[in-house]
Amino acid sequence: MSLVEAYFCGGFGQFQLDVDFSAPAQGVTALFGPSGCGKTSVLRCMAGLTHMADGRLRINGQVWQDHKTFLPPHKRPIGYVFQEASLFPHMSVRKNLTYGLKRSKKEASSIDFDEIVTLLGLTHLLDRAPLRLSGGERQRVAIGRALMSGPELLLMDEPLAALDRMSKNEILPYLDRLSAYLAVPIFYVSHDIAEVERLADSMILMEKGRLIATGPLSEVLTRLDLPFRQDEEAAVVLTAQIVERDLQWHLARAAFPGGSLWVRDPGHPLGQTIRLRILARDVSLAASHSEGVSILNLLSAKVVELAPGSHQAVVLARLAIGETACLARLTAKSVAALQLTPGKEIWAQIKSVAILD
Amino acid sequence: MWEPVLLTLKLATITTLVLLILGTPLAWWLARSKTKWKEVIGAIVALPLVLPPTVLGFYLLLILGPSSPVGQAATAVFGQSLPFTFEGLVVGSVIYSLPFVVQPVRNAFEAIGDRPLEVAATLRASPLDAFFTVALPLARPGLLTGAVLGFAHTMGEFGVVLMIGGNIPGETKVLSVAIYDFVETLEWAKAHILAAGMVIFSFLVILVMTLTEKHMRSRLK
Repeated sequence: MSLVEAYFCGGFGQFQLDVDFSAPAQGVTALFGPSGCGKTSVLRCMAGLTHMADGRLRINGQVWQDHKTFLPPHKRPIGYVFQEASLFPHMSVRKNLTYGLKRSKKEASSIDFDEIVTLLGLTHLLDRAPLRLSGGERQRVAIGRALMSGPELLLMDEPLAALDRMSKNEILPYLDRLSAYLAVPIFYVSHDIAEVERLADSMILMEKGRLIATGPLSEVLTRLDLPFRQDEEAAVVLTAQIVERDLQWHLARAAFPGGSLWVRDPGHPLGQTIRLRILARDVSLAASHSEGVSILNLLSAKVVELAPGSHQAVVLARLAIGETACLARLTAKSVAALQLTPGKEIWAQIKSVAILD
Repeated sequence: MWEPVLLTLKLATITTLVLLILGTPLAWWLARSKTKWKEVIGAIVALPLVLPPTVLGFYLLLILGPSSPVGQAATAVFGQSLPFTFEGLVVGSVIYSLPFVVQPVRNAFEAIGDRPLEVAATLRASPLDAFFTVALPLARPGLLTGAVLGFAHTMGEFGVVLMIGGNIPGETKVLSVAIYDFVETLEWAKAHILAAGMVIFSFLVILVMTLTEKHMRSRLK
Protein backbone atom coordinates (compact mmCIF):
# COMPACT_ATOMS: atom_id res chain seq x y z
CA MET A 1 0.00 0.00 0.00
CA SER A 2 1.19 3.48 -0.80
CA LEU A 3 2.29 5.42 2.21
CA VAL A 4 3.45 8.82 3.38
CA GLU A 5 6.11 8.43 6.06
CA ALA A 6 7.20 11.60 7.80
CA TYR A 7 9.34 12.61 10.74
CA PHE A 8 10.19 16.20 11.59
CA CYS A 9 11.87 17.40 14.75
CA GLY A 10 13.18 20.86 15.50
CA GLY A 11 12.37 24.30 16.78
CA PHE A 12 11.37 27.69 15.48
CA GLY A 13 12.20 30.13 18.27
CA GLN A 14 9.99 29.16 21.20
CA PHE A 15 8.02 26.61 19.21
CA GLN A 16 9.11 22.99 19.19
CA LEU A 17 7.88 20.58 16.56
CA ASP A 18 8.21 16.83 17.04
CA VAL A 19 6.08 14.64 14.80
CA ASP A 20 6.48 11.15 13.42
CA PHE A 21 3.70 9.56 11.44
CA SER A 22 2.79 7.42 8.51
CA ALA A 23 -0.44 7.99 6.68
CA PRO A 24 -2.10 6.34 3.73
CA ALA A 25 -1.18 8.01 0.44
CA GLN A 26 -4.77 8.00 -0.69
CA GLY A 27 -7.91 9.92 0.10
CA VAL A 28 -7.97 13.00 2.31
CA THR A 29 -5.85 13.09 5.46
CA ALA A 30 -6.75 15.95 7.77
CA LEU A 31 -4.09 17.57 9.94
CA PHE A 32 -6.30 18.87 12.71
CA GLY A 33 -5.60 20.86 15.84
CA PRO A 34 -5.95 24.27 17.45
CA SER A 35 -4.28 27.34 15.94
CA GLY A 36 -0.55 27.37 16.57
CA CYS A 37 -0.24 23.62 17.14
CA GLY A 38 2.21 23.25 14.24
CA LYS A 39 0.02 21.73 11.54
CA THR A 40 1.03 24.32 8.95
CA SER A 41 4.69 23.77 9.87
CA VAL A 42 4.27 20.04 9.17
CA LEU A 43 2.76 20.84 5.78
CA ARG A 44 5.55 23.30 4.94
CA CYS A 45 8.15 20.70 5.91
CA MET A 46 6.41 18.16 3.65
CA ALA A 47 6.55 20.67 0.77
CA GLY A 48 10.20 21.50 1.45
CA LEU A 49 9.30 25.18 2.00
CA THR A 50 10.73 24.84 5.49
CA HIS A 51 13.91 22.83 5.80
CA MET A 52 13.91 21.03 9.12
CA ALA A 53 17.44 19.70 9.46
CA ASP A 54 16.28 16.75 11.55
CA GLY A 55 13.65 15.29 9.25
CA ARG A 56 12.68 12.39 7.03
CA LEU A 57 10.03 12.18 4.38
CA ARG A 58 9.24 9.27 2.10
CA ILE A 59 6.36 9.19 -0.33
CA ASN A 60 5.56 5.76 -1.74
CA GLY A 61 9.08 4.68 -0.92
CA GLN A 62 10.70 7.66 -2.68
CA VAL A 63 12.97 9.67 -0.39
CA TRP A 64 12.23 13.40 -0.46
CA GLN A 65 14.21 14.13 2.65
CA ASP A 66 16.54 12.27 4.98
CA HIS A 67 19.86 13.00 6.68
CA LYS A 68 21.65 13.33 3.33
CA THR A 69 18.89 14.14 0.83
CA PHE A 70 16.77 17.28 0.61
CA LEU A 71 14.72 17.84 -2.49
CA PRO A 72 13.99 21.56 -2.90
CA PRO A 73 10.27 22.36 -3.30
CA HIS A 74 10.46 22.84 -7.07
CA LYS A 75 11.78 19.29 -7.48
CA ARG A 76 8.92 17.73 -5.47
CA PRO A 77 5.81 16.62 -7.38
CA ILE A 78 3.44 18.45 -5.05
CA GLY A 79 0.59 20.86 -5.34
CA TYR A 80 0.28 23.41 -2.53
CA VAL A 81 -2.76 25.53 -1.78
CA PHE A 82 -2.06 28.36 0.64
CA GLN A 83 -4.53 29.90 3.06
CA GLU A 84 -4.61 33.08 1.00
CA ALA A 85 -5.02 32.20 -2.67
CA SER A 86 -1.75 34.01 -3.52
CA LEU A 87 -2.47 34.19 -7.24
CA PHE A 88 0.15 35.95 -9.35
CA PRO A 89 -1.37 39.43 -9.68
CA HIS A 90 0.48 40.19 -12.93
CA MET A 91 -1.04 37.24 -14.78
CA SER A 92 -4.56 36.46 -15.97
CA VAL A 93 -6.43 33.52 -14.47
CA ARG A 94 -5.49 31.45 -17.52
CA LYS A 95 -1.78 32.29 -17.16
CA ASN A 96 -1.93 31.48 -13.47
CA LEU A 97 -3.44 28.09 -14.29
CA THR A 98 -0.91 27.23 -17.00
CA TYR A 99 2.12 28.34 -14.95
CA GLY A 100 2.41 24.94 -13.29
CA LEU A 101 1.09 23.05 -16.33
CA LYS A 102 3.99 24.27 -18.49
CA ARG A 103 6.54 23.32 -15.86
CA SER A 104 5.06 19.93 -15.05
CA LYS A 105 7.30 16.94 -15.62
CA LYS A 106 4.29 14.84 -16.57
CA GLU A 107 3.28 14.32 -20.15
CA ALA A 108 0.95 17.07 -21.20
CA SER A 109 -1.73 14.56 -22.13
CA SER A 110 -2.13 13.29 -18.57
CA ILE A 111 -3.20 16.71 -17.26
CA ASP A 112 -6.35 17.92 -18.86
CA PHE A 113 -6.67 21.69 -18.72
CA ASP A 114 -10.32 21.71 -19.77
CA GLU A 115 -11.25 18.97 -17.35
CA ILE A 116 -9.83 20.79 -14.33
CA VAL A 117 -11.32 24.09 -15.48
CA THR A 118 -14.74 22.46 -15.74
CA LEU A 119 -14.37 20.55 -12.47
CA LEU A 120 -13.70 23.79 -10.59
CA GLY A 121 -16.17 25.91 -12.56
CA LEU A 122 -13.54 28.34 -13.88
CA THR A 123 -14.55 28.57 -17.54
CA HIS A 124 -16.05 32.06 -17.35
CA LEU A 125 -13.12 33.42 -15.27
CA LEU A 126 -10.22 32.49 -17.53
CA ASP A 127 -9.51 35.91 -19.00
CA ARG A 128 -10.06 37.91 -15.83
CA ALA A 129 -7.36 39.46 -13.68
CA PRO A 130 -7.02 37.86 -10.22
CA LEU A 131 -7.78 41.18 -8.54
CA ARG A 132 -11.26 41.14 -10.02
CA LEU A 133 -12.28 37.80 -8.51
CA SER A 134 -14.17 37.12 -5.29
CA GLY A 135 -12.37 35.35 -2.44
CA GLY A 136 -14.01 32.03 -3.26
CA GLU A 137 -13.21 32.32 -6.95
CA ARG A 138 -9.58 33.11 -6.20
CA GLN A 139 -9.25 30.07 -4.00
CA ARG A 140 -10.78 27.86 -6.71
CA VAL A 141 -8.23 29.20 -9.21
CA ALA A 142 -5.45 28.51 -6.70
CA ILE A 143 -6.66 24.91 -6.32
CA GLY A 144 -6.86 24.53 -10.09
CA ARG A 145 -3.37 25.98 -10.49
CA ALA A 146 -1.98 23.45 -8.00
CA LEU A 147 -3.72 20.57 -9.83
CA MET A 148 -2.42 21.66 -13.24
CA SER A 149 1.16 20.90 -12.21
CA GLY A 150 0.21 17.22 -12.01
CA PRO A 151 0.94 16.69 -8.31
CA GLU A 152 1.46 13.29 -6.75
CA LEU A 153 0.58 14.81 -3.39
CA LEU A 154 -1.77 17.73 -2.83
CA LEU A 155 -1.10 19.85 0.28
CA MET A 156 -3.82 22.26 1.36
CA ASP A 157 -3.23 24.73 4.18
CA GLU A 158 -6.62 25.83 5.53
CA PRO A 159 -7.83 26.78 2.07
CA LEU A 160 -11.18 27.90 3.47
CA ALA A 161 -10.03 29.70 6.61
CA ALA A 162 -9.73 33.14 5.03
CA LEU A 163 -13.17 32.94 3.43
CA ASP A 164 -16.56 34.01 4.72
CA ARG A 165 -19.32 31.47 5.31
CA MET A 166 -20.87 31.98 1.89
CA SER A 167 -17.64 31.52 -0.04
CA LYS A 168 -16.90 28.42 2.06
CA ASN A 169 -20.22 26.89 1.11
CA GLU A 170 -19.46 27.77 -2.49
CA ILE A 171 -16.13 25.91 -2.44
CA LEU A 172 -16.98 22.85 -0.35
CA PRO A 173 -18.87 21.03 -3.14
CA TYR A 174 -15.82 21.50 -5.38
CA LEU A 175 -13.59 19.99 -2.71
CA ASP A 176 -15.95 17.01 -2.39
CA ARG A 177 -15.72 16.46 -6.13
CA LEU A 178 -11.99 16.90 -6.04
CA SER A 179 -11.37 14.17 -3.50
CA ALA A 180 -13.73 11.85 -5.40
CA TYR A 181 -12.19 12.63 -8.81
CA LEU A 182 -8.52 12.72 -7.94
CA ALA A 183 -6.39 9.69 -7.43
CA VAL A 184 -3.97 12.05 -5.66
CA PRO A 185 -3.65 11.87 -1.88
CA ILE A 186 -4.56 15.13 -0.16
CA PHE A 187 -3.19 16.46 3.12
CA TYR A 188 -5.60 19.02 4.43
CA VAL A 189 -4.76 21.35 7.34
CA SER A 190 -7.74 22.64 9.28
CA HIS A 191 -8.78 23.83 12.71
CA ASP A 192 -12.46 23.48 11.84
CA ILE A 193 -13.83 20.06 12.80
CA ALA A 194 -16.85 20.54 10.50
CA GLU A 195 -14.54 20.69 7.47
CA VAL A 196 -12.65 17.62 8.67
CA GLU A 197 -15.86 15.66 9.21
CA ARG A 198 -17.04 16.54 5.77
CA LEU A 199 -13.86 15.96 3.77
CA ALA A 200 -11.40 13.71 5.57
CA ASP A 201 -10.88 9.97 5.42
CA SER A 202 -8.01 9.88 7.89
CA MET A 203 -6.99 12.23 10.58
CA ILE A 204 -3.82 13.37 12.30
CA LEU A 205 -4.60 15.15 15.54
CA MET A 206 -2.00 17.63 16.81
CA GLU A 207 -1.43 19.70 19.91
CA LYS A 208 1.53 21.93 20.82
CA GLY A 209 3.80 20.61 18.10
CA ARG A 210 3.11 16.94 18.85
CA LEU A 211 0.81 14.25 17.54
CA ILE A 212 -1.89 12.98 19.82
CA ALA A 213 -3.68 10.58 17.52
CA THR A 214 -3.62 9.29 13.97
CA GLY A 215 -5.91 6.90 12.17
CA PRO A 216 -9.03 6.57 10.07
CA LEU A 217 -11.46 9.42 10.69
CA SER A 218 -14.21 7.31 12.28
CA GLU A 219 -11.69 5.69 14.60
CA VAL A 220 -10.18 8.95 15.84
CA LEU A 221 -13.59 10.62 16.17
CA THR A 222 -14.90 7.85 18.42
CA ARG A 223 -11.93 7.67 20.74
CA LEU A 224 -13.15 8.71 24.16
CA ASP A 225 -9.70 9.47 25.55
CA LEU A 226 -9.08 12.44 23.25
CA PRO A 227 -9.74 15.80 24.83
CA PHE A 228 -11.17 17.45 21.73
CA ARG A 229 -14.18 15.12 21.64
CA GLN A 230 -15.49 15.97 25.08
CA ASP A 231 -17.55 19.00 24.18
CA GLU A 232 -20.98 19.61 22.66
CA GLU A 233 -19.71 18.74 19.21
CA ALA A 234 -18.74 15.10 19.84
CA ALA A 235 -19.94 13.22 16.77
CA VAL A 236 -19.27 10.32 14.45
CA VAL A 237 -19.14 10.31 10.69
CA LEU A 238 -20.44 7.34 8.71
CA THR A 239 -20.20 6.54 5.06
CA ALA A 240 -23.47 5.02 3.93
CA GLN A 241 -25.14 4.00 0.71
CA ILE A 242 -28.65 4.95 -0.34
CA VAL A 243 -30.50 1.67 -0.80
CA GLU A 244 -34.18 2.57 -0.63
CA ARG A 245 -36.48 5.55 -0.94
CA ASP A 246 -39.82 6.33 0.62
CA LEU A 247 -41.36 8.71 -1.87
CA GLN A 248 -44.49 9.32 0.18
CA TRP A 249 -42.57 10.67 3.19
CA HIS A 250 -39.52 12.01 1.32
CA LEU A 251 -37.11 9.76 3.13
CA ALA A 252 -34.20 7.62 2.03
CA ARG A 253 -32.67 4.59 3.74
CA ALA A 254 -28.91 4.75 4.01
CA ALA A 255 -27.15 1.49 4.78
CA PHE A 256 -23.82 1.17 6.55
CA PRO A 257 -21.96 -1.89 7.86
CA GLY A 258 -24.11 -2.99 10.80
CA GLY A 259 -27.38 -1.22 10.11
CA SER A 260 -29.24 1.46 8.24
CA LEU A 261 -30.78 4.85 8.95
CA TRP A 262 -33.74 6.74 7.53
CA VAL A 263 -32.65 10.22 6.51
CA ARG A 264 -34.23 13.11 4.65
CA ASP A 265 -34.16 12.20 0.97
CA PRO A 266 -31.21 14.14 -0.47
CA GLY A 267 -32.41 13.34 -4.01
CA HIS A 268 -29.37 11.26 -4.93
CA PRO A 269 -29.87 8.12 -7.04
CA LEU A 270 -29.96 4.69 -5.40
CA GLY A 271 -26.49 3.26 -4.83
CA GLN A 272 -24.88 6.65 -4.21
CA THR A 273 -22.67 6.90 -1.13
CA ILE A 274 -23.21 9.75 1.28
CA ARG A 275 -21.50 10.91 4.41
CA LEU A 276 -23.60 11.16 7.57
CA ARG A 277 -22.82 12.79 10.87
CA ILE A 278 -24.46 11.80 14.13
CA LEU A 279 -23.88 14.06 17.12
CA ALA A 280 -23.42 12.22 20.41
CA ARG A 281 -26.05 14.41 22.01
CA ASP A 282 -28.63 13.25 19.43
CA VAL A 283 -28.27 9.61 20.48
CA SER A 284 -30.24 8.32 23.45
CA LEU A 285 -30.35 4.76 24.78
CA ALA A 286 -33.26 2.53 25.72
CA ALA A 287 -33.26 -0.85 27.45
CA SER A 288 -35.99 -2.24 25.19
CA HIS A 289 -37.33 -1.71 21.69
CA SER A 290 -40.01 0.75 22.72
CA GLU A 291 -43.18 1.36 20.72
CA GLY A 292 -44.88 4.72 20.39
CA VAL A 293 -41.86 7.01 20.13
CA SER A 294 -41.41 9.62 17.44
CA ILE A 295 -37.88 8.57 16.67
CA LEU A 296 -37.57 6.67 13.39
CA ASN A 297 -34.10 5.29 13.81
CA LEU A 298 -33.86 2.63 16.45
CA LEU A 299 -30.80 0.47 16.18
CA SER A 300 -29.60 -2.49 18.14
CA ALA A 301 -26.25 -1.64 19.69
CA LYS A 302 -23.72 -2.79 22.23
CA VAL A 303 -21.96 -0.59 24.78
CA VAL A 304 -18.19 -0.76 24.22
CA GLU A 305 -16.76 1.86 26.53
CA LEU A 306 -17.88 4.56 28.93
CA ALA A 307 -15.95 7.71 29.80
CA PRO A 308 -16.66 10.80 31.89
CA GLY A 309 -17.72 13.84 29.93
CA SER A 310 -16.76 17.47 30.35
CA HIS A 311 -19.18 17.91 33.28
CA GLN A 312 -19.63 15.52 36.20
CA ALA A 313 -23.24 14.91 35.19
CA VAL A 314 -22.29 13.77 31.71
CA VAL A 315 -21.00 10.45 30.40
CA LEU A 316 -19.90 9.63 26.86
CA ALA A 317 -20.57 6.11 25.63
CA ARG A 318 -19.00 4.44 22.65
CA LEU A 319 -21.38 1.98 21.04
CA ALA A 320 -20.94 -0.66 18.39
CA ILE A 321 -23.74 -0.85 15.85
CA GLY A 322 -22.60 -3.97 14.04
CA GLU A 323 -19.09 -3.02 12.89
CA THR A 324 -19.78 0.69 13.07
CA ALA A 325 -18.82 2.80 16.07
CA CYS A 326 -21.14 5.49 17.38
CA LEU A 327 -21.11 7.90 20.32
CA ALA A 328 -23.90 8.70 22.75
CA ARG A 329 -23.92 11.47 25.34
CA LEU A 330 -25.86 10.54 28.45
CA THR A 331 -26.31 11.75 31.99
CA ALA A 332 -24.50 9.80 34.68
CA LYS A 333 -27.91 9.26 36.24
CA SER A 334 -29.22 7.45 33.13
CA VAL A 335 -26.09 5.32 33.00
CA ALA A 336 -26.82 4.18 36.55
CA ALA A 337 -30.55 3.69 35.92
CA LEU A 338 -29.97 1.58 32.80
CA GLN A 339 -27.07 -0.22 34.51
CA LEU A 340 -24.88 0.40 31.47
CA THR A 341 -21.58 -1.44 31.44
CA PRO A 342 -19.30 -2.40 28.58
CA GLY A 343 -20.76 -5.38 26.70
CA LYS A 344 -24.39 -4.58 27.48
CA GLU A 345 -26.88 -4.91 24.59
CA ILE A 346 -29.02 -1.84 24.19
CA TRP A 347 -31.22 0.10 21.74
CA ALA A 348 -29.86 3.35 20.33
CA GLN A 349 -32.43 5.96 19.42
CA ILE A 350 -31.02 8.40 16.90
CA LYS A 351 -32.91 11.64 16.87
CA SER A 352 -31.16 13.44 14.07
CA VAL A 353 -28.73 12.66 11.27
CA ALA A 354 -26.93 15.30 9.24
CA ILE A 355 -26.07 14.63 5.61
CA LEU A 356 -22.64 16.14 4.94
CA ASP A 357 -22.51 16.08 1.15
CA MET B 1 25.87 74.18 -27.82
CA TRP B 2 23.87 70.95 -28.29
CA GLU B 3 26.87 68.66 -28.19
CA PRO B 4 26.93 68.53 -24.36
CA VAL B 5 23.20 67.74 -24.31
CA LEU B 6 23.58 64.77 -26.65
CA LEU B 7 26.68 63.59 -24.79
CA THR B 8 24.80 63.80 -21.50
CA LEU B 9 21.84 61.82 -22.87
CA LYS B 10 24.25 59.16 -24.19
CA LEU B 11 26.04 58.98 -20.85
CA ALA B 12 22.78 58.74 -18.89
CA THR B 13 21.36 56.04 -21.18
CA ILE B 14 24.44 53.82 -21.05
CA THR B 15 24.82 54.38 -17.31
CA THR B 16 21.18 53.45 -16.69
CA LEU B 17 21.50 50.23 -18.68
CA VAL B 18 24.65 49.24 -16.81
CA LEU B 19 22.99 50.17 -13.52
CA LEU B 20 19.96 47.97 -14.21
CA ILE B 21 22.13 45.02 -15.20
CA LEU B 22 24.41 45.33 -12.17
CA GLY B 23 21.99 46.89 -9.68
CA THR B 24 19.10 44.41 -10.05
CA PRO B 25 21.00 41.30 -8.93
CA LEU B 26 22.65 43.34 -6.18
CA ALA B 27 19.26 44.62 -5.00
CA TRP B 28 17.91 41.04 -5.12
CA TRP B 29 20.75 39.80 -2.98
CA LEU B 30 20.29 42.67 -0.51
CA ALA B 31 16.57 41.94 -0.33
CA ARG B 32 16.76 38.15 0.03
CA SER B 33 20.07 37.28 1.68
CA LYS B 34 20.01 36.34 5.33
CA THR B 35 23.70 37.02 6.00
CA LYS B 36 24.45 39.75 8.49
CA TRP B 37 27.08 41.17 6.13
CA LYS B 38 24.45 42.40 3.72
CA GLU B 39 23.89 45.63 5.62
CA VAL B 40 27.61 46.38 5.40
CA ILE B 41 27.41 46.00 1.62
CA GLY B 42 24.17 48.01 1.67
CA ALA B 43 25.92 50.85 3.50
CA ILE B 44 28.80 50.86 1.00
CA VAL B 45 26.31 51.01 -1.89
CA ALA B 46 24.55 53.93 -0.17
CA LEU B 47 27.77 55.93 0.42
CA PRO B 48 27.39 58.15 -2.69
CA LEU B 49 24.14 59.47 -1.17
CA VAL B 50 26.07 61.31 1.53
CA LEU B 51 29.63 61.74 0.24
CA PRO B 52 30.48 64.99 -1.53
CA PRO B 53 30.84 64.09 -5.24
CA THR B 54 34.34 65.55 -5.21
CA VAL B 55 35.42 63.02 -2.58
CA LEU B 56 34.06 60.20 -4.70
CA GLY B 57 35.66 61.68 -7.81
CA PHE B 58 39.00 62.11 -6.07
CA TYR B 59 39.20 58.47 -5.03
CA LEU B 60 37.95 57.26 -8.39
CA LEU B 61 40.69 59.27 -10.01
CA LEU B 62 43.26 57.58 -7.80
CA ILE B 63 41.79 54.09 -8.16
CA LEU B 64 41.32 54.30 -11.91
CA GLY B 65 44.62 56.07 -12.49
CA PRO B 66 47.49 54.26 -14.23
CA SER B 67 49.47 53.77 -11.01
CA SER B 68 46.83 51.64 -9.21
CA PRO B 69 46.29 47.90 -9.88
CA VAL B 70 42.59 48.52 -10.57
CA GLY B 71 43.51 51.23 -13.03
CA GLN B 72 45.99 48.93 -14.76
CA ALA B 73 43.36 46.20 -15.03
CA ALA B 74 40.84 48.71 -16.39
CA THR B 75 43.38 49.95 -18.90
CA ALA B 76 43.87 46.38 -20.06
CA VAL B 77 40.12 45.88 -20.49
CA PHE B 78 39.23 49.18 -22.14
CA GLY B 79 42.48 49.62 -24.06
CA GLN B 80 43.09 53.04 -22.55
CA SER B 81 43.46 54.74 -19.20
CA LEU B 82 39.97 55.58 -17.91
CA PRO B 83 40.28 59.05 -16.35
CA PHE B 84 39.44 61.86 -18.78
CA THR B 85 37.53 59.52 -21.14
CA PHE B 86 33.83 58.88 -21.77
CA GLU B 87 34.22 55.29 -20.49
CA GLY B 88 35.70 56.70 -17.31
CA LEU B 89 32.62 58.88 -16.93
CA VAL B 90 30.37 55.81 -17.30
CA VAL B 91 32.27 53.98 -14.54
CA GLY B 92 32.09 57.04 -12.29
CA SER B 93 28.40 57.63 -13.02
CA VAL B 94 27.51 54.00 -12.32
CA ILE B 95 29.11 54.16 -8.89
CA TYR B 96 27.71 57.61 -8.19
CA SER B 97 24.11 56.70 -9.16
CA LEU B 98 24.12 53.12 -7.82
CA PRO B 99 22.10 53.81 -4.64
CA PHE B 100 19.40 55.59 -6.65
CA VAL B 101 18.75 52.34 -8.53
CA VAL B 102 19.51 49.74 -5.88
CA GLN B 103 17.35 51.29 -3.15
CA PRO B 104 13.98 51.38 -4.97
CA VAL B 105 14.58 48.00 -6.61
CA ARG B 106 15.53 46.46 -3.27
CA ASN B 107 12.40 47.93 -1.67
CA ALA B 108 10.29 46.51 -4.48
CA PHE B 109 11.80 43.04 -4.04
CA GLU B 110 11.29 43.20 -0.29
CA ALA B 111 7.67 44.26 -0.74
CA ILE B 112 6.95 41.12 -2.78
CA GLY B 113 7.64 38.94 0.24
CA ASP B 114 8.28 35.20 0.29
CA ARG B 115 4.84 34.00 -0.71
CA PRO B 116 4.80 34.51 -4.51
CA LEU B 117 8.21 32.82 -4.74
CA GLU B 118 7.06 29.93 -2.58
CA VAL B 119 4.02 29.53 -4.82
CA ALA B 120 6.28 29.51 -7.88
CA ALA B 121 8.50 26.86 -6.27
CA THR B 122 5.52 24.60 -5.53
CA LEU B 123 4.59 24.97 -9.22
CA ARG B 124 8.01 23.53 -10.23
CA ALA B 125 9.70 26.86 -11.04
CA SER B 126 13.42 26.83 -10.23
CA PRO B 127 14.68 29.86 -8.28
CA LEU B 128 16.04 31.47 -11.48
CA ASP B 129 12.80 30.79 -13.34
CA ALA B 130 10.80 32.30 -10.46
CA PHE B 131 13.09 35.35 -10.45
CA PHE B 132 12.39 36.11 -14.10
CA THR B 133 8.71 35.13 -14.26
CA VAL B 134 7.49 36.30 -10.85
CA ALA B 135 9.93 38.55 -8.97
CA LEU B 136 10.98 40.81 -11.87
CA PRO B 137 7.44 41.44 -13.20
CA LEU B 138 6.15 42.14 -9.70
CA ALA B 139 9.03 44.56 -9.07
CA ARG B 140 8.34 46.54 -12.25
CA PRO B 141 7.28 49.74 -10.46
CA GLY B 142 10.51 49.69 -8.44
CA LEU B 143 12.59 48.97 -11.55
CA LEU B 144 10.98 51.90 -13.30
CA THR B 145 11.63 54.22 -10.38
CA GLY B 146 15.22 53.02 -10.18
CA ALA B 147 15.84 53.47 -13.90
CA VAL B 148 14.34 56.97 -13.96
CA LEU B 149 16.14 58.13 -10.83
CA GLY B 150 19.44 56.67 -12.07
CA PHE B 151 18.97 58.38 -15.44
CA ALA B 152 17.97 61.75 -14.01
CA HIS B 153 20.68 61.70 -11.38
CA THR B 154 23.34 60.96 -14.00
CA MET B 155 22.00 63.84 -16.12
CA GLY B 156 22.67 66.28 -13.31
CA GLU B 157 26.05 65.00 -12.18
CA PHE B 158 28.80 67.57 -11.88
CA GLY B 159 31.39 67.00 -9.19
CA VAL B 160 32.42 63.47 -10.13
CA VAL B 161 32.58 64.44 -13.80
CA LEU B 162 34.79 67.36 -13.11
CA MET B 163 37.17 65.28 -11.01
CA ILE B 164 37.58 62.31 -13.34
CA GLY B 165 36.38 63.62 -16.70
CA GLY B 166 37.62 67.11 -16.94
CA ASN B 167 36.17 69.24 -19.68
CA ILE B 168 36.90 67.68 -23.08
CA PRO B 169 34.31 68.74 -25.68
CA GLY B 170 32.51 65.75 -27.23
CA GLU B 171 34.20 63.35 -24.83
CA THR B 172 33.55 64.42 -21.26
CA LYS B 173 32.02 67.88 -21.45
CA VAL B 174 28.53 67.12 -20.20
CA LEU B 175 25.59 69.46 -19.65
CA SER B 176 26.31 70.54 -16.10
CA VAL B 177 29.92 71.32 -16.97
CA ALA B 178 28.76 73.25 -20.07
CA ILE B 179 26.42 75.41 -17.95
CA TYR B 180 29.30 76.13 -15.59
CA ASP B 181 31.50 77.14 -18.52
CA PHE B 182 28.83 79.46 -19.98
CA VAL B 183 28.46 81.18 -16.63
CA GLU B 184 32.23 81.50 -16.28
CA THR B 185 32.45 83.14 -19.70
CA LEU B 186 29.38 85.33 -18.95
CA GLU B 187 27.28 83.73 -21.72
CA TRP B 188 24.19 83.90 -19.54
CA ALA B 189 21.64 83.44 -22.31
CA LYS B 190 23.10 80.06 -23.29
CA ALA B 191 23.40 79.07 -19.63
CA HIS B 192 19.72 79.97 -19.23
CA ILE B 193 18.60 77.76 -22.10
CA LEU B 194 20.39 74.71 -20.73
CA ALA B 195 19.50 75.40 -17.09
CA ALA B 196 15.83 76.03 -17.77
CA GLY B 197 15.81 72.96 -19.99
CA MET B 198 17.10 70.91 -17.08
CA VAL B 199 14.41 72.29 -14.77
CA ILE B 200 11.64 71.40 -17.22
CA PHE B 201 13.16 68.01 -17.97
CA SER B 202 13.53 67.14 -14.29
CA PHE B 203 9.98 68.22 -13.53
CA LEU B 204 8.55 66.14 -16.37
CA VAL B 205 10.61 63.09 -15.40
CA ILE B 206 9.38 63.14 -11.83
CA LEU B 207 5.76 63.77 -12.85
CA VAL B 208 5.65 61.05 -15.52
CA MET B 209 7.43 58.59 -13.25
CA THR B 210 5.02 59.16 -10.39
CA LEU B 211 1.98 58.77 -12.61
CA THR B 212 3.29 55.65 -14.36
CA GLU B 213 4.27 54.04 -11.09
CA LYS B 214 0.85 54.75 -9.63
CA HIS B 215 -0.79 53.17 -12.66
CA MET B 216 1.46 50.10 -12.45
CA ARG B 217 0.79 49.59 -8.76
CA SER B 218 -2.96 49.86 -9.22
CA ARG B 219 -2.73 47.02 -11.72
CA LEU B 220 -0.77 44.84 -9.33
CA LYS B 221 -2.75 45.48 -6.16
